[in-house]
Amino acid sequence: MNLKFLLPAAIFAAIAVAFAVGLTLDSQRLPSALIDKPAPRFDLPPIAAVDGTGDNGEPYGGGFSSDDLEGRVSLVNVFASWCVPCRVEHPQLMSLADDHGVTIFGINQKDKAKDARDWLGRHGDPYRAIGADVTGRTSIDWGVYGVPETFVVDAKGRIRYRHVGPIMERDLTGTILPLIAELGS
Amino acid sequence: MRAAVFLVALVLALGTRGAGAVEPSEVLSDPVLEERAREISLGLRCLVCQNQTIDDSNAGLAKDLRILVRERLLAGDSDQEVMAFVTDRYGDFVLLKPPLKAGTALLWFGPGVIFLLGAMGLMRFYINRRREMAEGGAIPKPLSGTEKKRLKALLTEDAGEDGAEGDGP
Repeated sequence: MNLKFLLPAAIFAAIAVAFAVGLTLDSQRLPSALIDKPAPRFDLPPIAAVDGTGDNGEPYGGGFSSDDLEGRVSLVNVFASWCVPCRVEHPQLMSLADDHGVTIFGINQKDKAKDARDWLGRHGDPYRAIGADVTGRTSIDWGVYGVPETFVVDAKGRIRYRHVGPIMERDLTGTILPLIAELGS
Repeated sequence: MRAAVFLVALVLALGTRGAGAVEPSEVLSDPVLEERAREISLGLRCLVCQNQTIDDSNAGLAKDLRILVRERLLAGDSDQEVMAFVTDRYGDFVLLKPPLKAGTALLWFGPGVIFLLGAMGLMRFYINRRREMAEGGAIPKPLSGTEKKRLKALLTEDAGEDGAEGDGP
């Protein structure tokens, strides 16, 4: 039997499938160029001192350098007080730190010291240490597009996973926690 | 006088490139380096508003990258080194002209392959048609005896009806 008459339908089906796949791809979610590469070298100062704050105007967060990443699986989270989606993901970060004992480092991007301190005071501080990236240059070294962005770094200091945008509950249970467990074992 | 002013304005407008989003404070004092920085910037994608170059975009990240490009140039980097510096951090996606490699082969050759497939299909169509014509498909066979008779009957029937009903559909 000659099935040639089915050819246009087959071509249509093939194109429809290709377009359907294309529509479900998120062009914003690009793999980091840094996956499986060592984290960049950096040494960020703590969030600067602000007079009249509760901790007597001391710098806050302790600073954060690439040396901190050695020796344990950790999460590096780029955040800012001016970033709205950061508030959305903040409860998930608190839960990671408090309930799951995950080490989270913070890169506070282009923030005013007072705003950052107020923000952390209001919403809680899940970070082991925080470095202030006032110029945004360290964020560029991490290949950050925008805040929030989060990286999973293994015990050797290599970047293993990059998450763009706020971390939602399903990202925690579906991707991040399993990956941390796998890297930690 | 007005025409002259218009002409001068026109020449000036056509002779310059748009300033893009480059802010005066970012511009390098060395015009040669600045020109190189502009050229490099035109090839780099702003990752925030993804269809603009960093030269065009006034997003914060684009500004940072413009300044970074200029800093690398001042540090003595070649154009390639500056590009490598940025792609090391952001991947090939940051380049508006994607490099030719295995992952981008479909992008580079896909349109050509589709064109060739189309051309081959069209060629087959014409070759088949020509063959069919050569086999006599195009030249109508002469009418058989019964067909001739039927034709004649139809023609005379039509004429006999005076054409009044013959105007129907």
